[in-house]
Order: sequence, then C-alpha cells, then structure tokens
Amino acid sequence: MTDLSQSPTPVPAGQNSLLTLSDRTKKRNAAEKRFKIYGISAIAVGLLMLVVLVTTIVSRGTGAFQQSFITLKVELLEAKLDKKGNRNLEDIKKVTTFGYAPIVKAAMQQAVQDLGIETDLKSKQMAALLSKNAVAQLRAYVLENPEHIGTTVEFRFLAQSRVDGYLKGRVSRDSIENDKNISPQQLDLADELLAAGVLEKTFNLDFILGSDASDQRPEAAGMGVSMLGSLFMMLVVLALALPIGVAASIYLEEFAAKNWMTDIIEVNIANLAAVPSIVYGILGLAVFINYMHLPMSAPLVGGLVLTLMTLPTIIISTRASLKAVPPSIRDAALGVGASKMQAVFHHVLPLAAPGILTGTIIGLAQALGETAPLLLIGMVGFIASNAPESIADGLLAPNSAMPAQIYEWAKRADPAFYERAWGGIIILLVFLVTMNTVAVILRRRFERRW
Amino acid sequence: MPTFWLVVLLLALSALGFAMGRRRALASAGGNPRNLHSLPNYYGANVAMSTAVPALAILAIWLLVQPIVIENRVSALIPETSIPENTSLSLVMSDVRRLAEGLDEAVNQSFLTQKQSFALDSATSDIRSDLGAVGVALGSEVRPEVLEAAQSYRQLSSSGATLMTVVAVLSALVGFFLAYRNSDKEFRARNVVERGVMALLVLAASLAILTTVGIVLSMFFETMNFFGLHNWRDFFFGTTWAPNFRGDSELSILPLLWGTLYISAIALMVAVPVGLFAAIYLSEYAGSTVRAFAKPLLEILAGIPTIVYGLFALLTVGPLLLKLFGQGENGVFGLTWMSGATSVLTAGVVMGIMLIPFVSSLSDDIINAVPQALRDGSLGLGATKSETVRQVVLPAALPGIVGAILLAASRAIGETMIVVMGAGAIAKFSGNPFESMTTITTRIVSQLTGDTDFASPETLVAFALGLSLFVLTLGLNVLALYIVRKYREQYD
Repeated sequence: MTDLSQSPTPVPAGQNSLLTLSDRTKKRNAAEKRFKIYGISAIAVGLLMLVVLVTTIVSRGTGAFQQSFITLKVELLEAKLDKKGNRNLEDIKKVTTFGYAPIVKAAMQQAVQDLGIETDLKSKQMAALLSKNAVAQLRAYVLENPEHIGTTVEFRFLAQSRVDGYLKGRVSRDSIENDKNISPQQLDLADELLAAGVLEKTFNLDFILGSDASDQRPEAAGMGVSMLGSLFMMLVVLALALPIGVAASIYLEEFAAKNWMTDIIEVNIANLAAVPSIVYGILGLAVFINYMHLPMSAPLVGGLVLTLMTLPTIIISTRASLKAVPPSIRDAALGVGASKMQAVFHHVLPLAAPGILTGTIIGLAQALGETAPLLLIGMVGFIASNAPESIADGLLAPNSAMPAQIYEWAKRADPAFYERAWGGIIILLVFLVTMNTVAVILRRRFERRW
Repeated sequence: MPTFWLVVLLLALSALGFAMGRRRALASAGGNPRNLHSLPNYYGANVAMSTAVPALAILAIWLLVQPIVIENRVSALIPETSIPENTSLSLVMSDVRRLAEGLDEAVNQSFLTQKQSFALDSATSDIRSDLGAVGVALGSEVRPEVLEAAQSYRQLSSSGATLMTVVAVLSALVGFFLAYRNSDKEFRARNVVERGVMALLVLAASLAILTTVGIVLSMFFETMNFFGLHNWRDFFFGTTWAPNFRGDSELSILPLLWGTLYISAIALMVAVPVGLFAAIYLSEYAGSTVRAFAKPLLEILAGIPTIVYGLFALLTVGPLLLKLFGQGENGVFGLTWMSGATSVLTAGVVMGIMLIPFVSSLSDDIINAVPQALRDGSLGLGATKSETVRQVVLPAALPGIVGAILLAASRAIGETMIVVMGAGAIAKFSGNPFESMTTITTRIVSQLTGDTDFASPETLVAFALGLSLFVLTLGLNVLALYIVRKYREQYD
C-alpha cells in the first residue's frame, strides 16, 4: 500500500505519450515486422524452389519431344539386297544391317551431290550424320515391303544425336574438340543440309511411343514400352490394393471391436505408411523373387510390391471417408431392418465411394512415381525393345517402368540421354498431374458435406 | 493346366453356382421370394462363395508351399561331394531350376518330346547347346547329378501341378454340391454369407500385419545368414566399408550411418526453418486468399516423385554447387573446395527442398490445433503477434512440432533416389559437406542390383542394412506418433 501512495517518479515528457512511440515499442514493432518477413520469405523460398524445379524440367525436357530428321531418297539396289532376285524373304533376311550400310552411304552421298554442296568428307563420314538406327530402319522396311527392292524410296532417318544436339544448341563447335563421333566439317555439312531443308527438326512421336535404345543411339530412345510397364503395374495395384484396402478399412471402421488386436493392426498400418519404400523393395526381392521364384523385372512383381506399399495410404483415406458418413445413415438402415452388413454395403459404402476413389487415385499416383523398390526387383538396366504382345506377356515379360527408365537414362554418360530423362519426367508429371486433377474434380463434384 | 485357366474355370463354376443356387432356392419357395428366409441373391452368393473361396485358398496355399517341398526333396538328391568349391547348395539348386525350366521350354517349343526330355543323358547328348537352340542359356556344362536333380524337379513339379488342379477342382465341386443342396427356403443363407464376408474382411485387415511380419522375417533370416558369414562386431562397430566380391570384405554400418545422418541433418537444416516459418505465416498471418494459393502450391513439392528430385540434384544442383565452390579459376568464387558434383551438400539441399512441405503442413496442423483462447489471452495482455507466436503458440505446439521434425527425419533417413543420384558412393567419416559420401539406402541399392548371389556376405549385408534402416525409421516414427498423440490429448 505504501508503495502505491508514493508519487511515481516523474517520467520525461513524451516518453509515455500516446502520440509518440517509445523506443521499446519501436523495437517490438520492428521485431514483429522482421518476424513477418521471415514468414513471407520462407514461403517465397518454397515457391521459388517450385518455380525453379518446374522451369528446369520444362526448359531442359521439351527438347526431347523434338528430333532432327534427315530425309533421303534411297535406291534399294537389287544387287545388294536380293542377289538371287527372286524376292524370297528368307534370302533377303540373310542380308544383315552391315549389308545395308553401303546403300545408306550412297544415298547420303547422292543427296549431297544433288544439292551441290562441296565438302571434302568421305561418304562414310557423311553417312555418320545419320543415326546408327538408319540401317535397321531401312532393313525393317525392306523386309516388310520386299516388292520395293529395285525402286527408289524416300526415307526419313533420325539424325545422329550430336547433330541433333547441334540443332538444339546442346553441342557447339567448341564442345566437340575431343569428340570422336563428330567433326567440325560434319557440322558444316549439317548446316548446309539444314539450309537445303534436308535436315529438319520436327515433333518426335517416337519419344512418347517408342522403346528404349542402346547406349549408342540416344536419338532413338523412347518412353512407350516403359509406359506400358507402368500401366501393367498400375493395373495390378488397382486390382489388388483397392479391394483389399477397402475390405480392411470396412472391417476396422465398421465391425472391429476395440481390443488389443485391432489396436495392433491400427498402429501397424500407421507405421507401414512411413516405412521407407526401399524396404518394400527388399521385401519384394526376398519374398516374390528369391522365395516364390516369380520372374525378375516383371511388372507383376513390381505391381505386387507397389500394392503392399500403397495399401496403407488407401486404407487411411478409405477409413477417413467411411468415418465422414454420419451415423444416422447407419441407424436409419438398421431401423428399417437391414442387417449390419447390408447397412454398410448398401448405404455407407456407396456414400463413401467418391472419397475412396479419390484416395485410391492419389495412392496410384504415388505408386506411379516410385522408383526405389523397382531398382531392387530388377526393373532397370533392361532394354525392352518390343511392346508386350498379350496381357500375360505384359505382366510377366521383363519390362521397365517410367521412373526406372528415367533413372536408367540419367545414369548413362551421354548428355543426349539427360535431355530424354528430363523429357521423360515431363511425361511422368503429365500423368501425375492428370491423376491428381481427376481426384480433385471427383472430390469437388461428388463429395457430400453432412 | 496353367494356373490362369484353373482360376478362370473356378470363377466360371462359381458364377454357374450363383445362378443355380438362386433358382433352386426360389423354386423351393414356389417362386415367391417372400417365402424365403433370405433374399434370393444370398442363396446364389452362398453357392458361389462355397465353390470359389476354399478352392482358391487351396490354390494359393499350394502355390506357396509346393516350391519349398520340392526344393527340399530335390536338394536332398544332391550329394555333399558334388557341390564344387566356392559355391553353395543354393547355387547348384539355381542351376537345377534353370535346367529344369530349360527342358520344359524345349518341350513347349516342341524341340523335344516329353519322353525324349526325360530320357536325356548328360554323357551322350550336349544338353547345353540343345537348350541354347531354344533360347535358354546355361552357365556351365550339365553334370549328371544336376541333370538327375533337374529331372526329379520337373517330375515333382508336374505331378504337383496335376495334383493341385485335381484337389482344387474337387474342393470346388464338393463346395458347390453341398451349398446347392442346402439352398432351401428354410436355409439361413444371409447369415452364412455374411459370416463368410466377415471372414474375408478380417483376412484383408490382417494382411497389414502379414506385410509387417513378411518385412521383418524376410530381412531377419537373411540377416542371420549374413551374421553366420560375417562377424557381427565388424558390422556394428567396425569403421570401414569396403566390400570386395572376392571375399575378405570389411562391411561396417558406421560410415554409412554417418553419411546418412549427415545428409539428413543438412536436409533438416534447410527444411525445418523454411517449413516452420512458412507454417507460422500461413496459420497466423496469411489471409484466406494467400492461404488458398500458397498451401496447395507448396504441397505440390510433396507430390513430385523423388526421381525428379534425384535428377534435379544430379544435373542441376550438383553442377551449380560445383560452379560456386569448385573448379578453381573457372568457378564463380575461384574456390577448390568441391571436386565433383555429387556431395553431401547436393543431396542434403535437394532433400531439404523435398521435405519443406512435409514439415510445413504437419506443423500447420499442429499450430492450428493450439486453442484460440491462448492467443486471445496473450494478445489481450498486450503482446504483439510475433511475441504471441514465440512465447505462447510455439511452446504449446512444441511437442507436436518435434514430432513432425522426427517424422521428417525418418523420411530423410529412408530416402533413396536423391542420395543414389546426388550423394556419391564413397563411405567415409568426414565433416566436409563438399565431399561425396554414401548412405545406407545407396549401399542397399548397389549391393542388390545386378546379379545377386544370395550366398555371399556382400549381398546379404544389404538385408542387415535394410533391417537396421527399418528399425531406425520405425523407432523414429513410433516416437513421433507417440509425442504427437500425447500432445493432441492435452487440448481435447
């Protein structure tokens, strides 16, 4: 009391005035401002990273969708391709790709001569502007159309990856100093061919639909076959994870009594969702391949591994959407005489279906982008050159998957493959964005708020 | 008969059962469903279920068990003496399997008749070149005891398959007739079907447990094999990681663990401040429009597959860091700290970017769960917003945030693709973030890709590493979930 009665020490004028801020208040306000700026810059950093990532992917990857082609008129000499002249397919097959090389060389030389380009390159060096794939392409054509032997046919050959890189600005005269695959003279010739319109850069559908190619032919590599591999894996995941996941969630959410058993299952599922994906790869290798002797590199095994990995995600989202259906629905169904099972399957499940579907699509998108477990079950390093012929073939024949294919390209030394890896990522992201958009639309369109 | 067609047959039989069971039940009630105990479809479902479920279960179990039985019977045929030096029984057995598959393939392509294939003799015919002709490449010449084992393997497999078909079809038929006979108007079909469905639901739910058991067992047994071949002291307490496929490897987890923890620590140093401040801003300051935009955009980062981050590390961040801190005269600062694009920093930074949304959305939820009354009280006493956040909201949310950071750490430790592509392959103890280092996950990948021989410690060590990784991440997750749960209860 005595303290209060004492008169307060006089405050210097202006310091506690409402009109001017005290030093302490200024400091506190500055701290407030700084704190807010930290927050804004944190979000800016996050968004900046997103922008950098997306621009990197787009700027580096779009090149893969374009490819340089050289259009040549090729004379299919009968003397070289069908010596006997009786158009017997068996005889024509005996001519290997080596036999086709001179024809391609001659065609290239002819084209250069016709255009009046002067160069001191030999015909072999000229033909080196073409992809190593050109002879194979020619042979495949001849085997398909043996009747065209002896005529002149126009072909659109892939250009060699260095030439392609030169057109795209990846390769320059400085960067090829120590390159055995191309010389400045060849680039001069490429310039001339480009001016004459023989060499041109166009959209390349083969990158999207084609198969992977060997180390030497980055220009011929495509994503198509690995896309099929991913498709088959997703079919397996959908066929197994959706029914099993929904069944497990229904049991846990609607029927299970609260006891130690269900507690264990619940803790288990929460933990399984956080197990590193590579551990599922080890499981797949040990159980499906080493123990059950399922074929290595098969999409079936990949699908099984990804199923186990996606199950917790699907179970968690399905349980959430089952929980969102109000108990009054169940009560009403039970009230008019439905059994508990009927109430769940006839009323609760249909109402929860949009949420379940959304969760499943998001789980599938996660599985589609997963790489690590696929490395262990051998879905990399394998070049599937042909699309699978049947469903069983698609499930059991060795194949790759989109992310595994991207990894495979990223490991190769030639920068031409890096471009394809980025391009592959664009395709992968297009799939992921589509799936997620569908999921969001489904949720917006069908989700019911109670 | 291939298993596929067997399954189709069983399904067809059960579809037929559905139609017939339904009809019989209806007929027993004189065509009037009101006289039935259950709805007509339940009678059909009853027959369908008792036809298909036991038969399919038998099929599945048989397919799982048969390989073990055959493996045991056949490996007993191979005498101890015929196992060459430096190999093991499992290698000989894989030869046997390959030969058996090759012979079956030869019969399939009608290169040999069934009879010829069983009459083959390794002394008189060149089996290796014969099988080469049908596209099956064998690693070595066929020895007589291997051929004998392969023949008995084929014999057992084919008789096993026949027996399986017979048993499965028989059980389907028995189930069909029993259930069909029961389809009567007094029969409580719904109760039976619902009990069956319930059993299936329980089965599905226990698959989660089965997966965990599978993970633990598959890694545990191989780890035990590993410790049989390699000293466990060296694995846990050694200091060198130097696998050597000619034997005498030093396989210690410690250098790998160091690399893993170092990279994870850098990742968290990037992700935690950014993620936490982003979460604070979003939940305490941002208006609803900013929130509606920024939150989903940040979460896109979480949805990008890790292979994309890996490629980003390998081809963009790595070379960029090299330009900044390496390359001497040609670099930006003229430094020579870094010698290659792969480094701890490369992998750590990129992984940090990946973890930003993980930290931010978890912390956002937790900060939002702090009751508004606490904030109002603090603001009412005259604290500024930032003081409220720092002195009231964050301390209240701290356990939850610690939980979120632990979850992020467990993600970082188990992350594979970013470190495989960005961290390098050298196992060492070093504090220099510009050097390349390796992690547990990268070593698992490199030990298990390519040709794997499950008898060498160099391959089996991957399972020991995997189990350690599993235990480590599981421990972190359980701890984090425990903290988060405990904290949530406080304000409920």
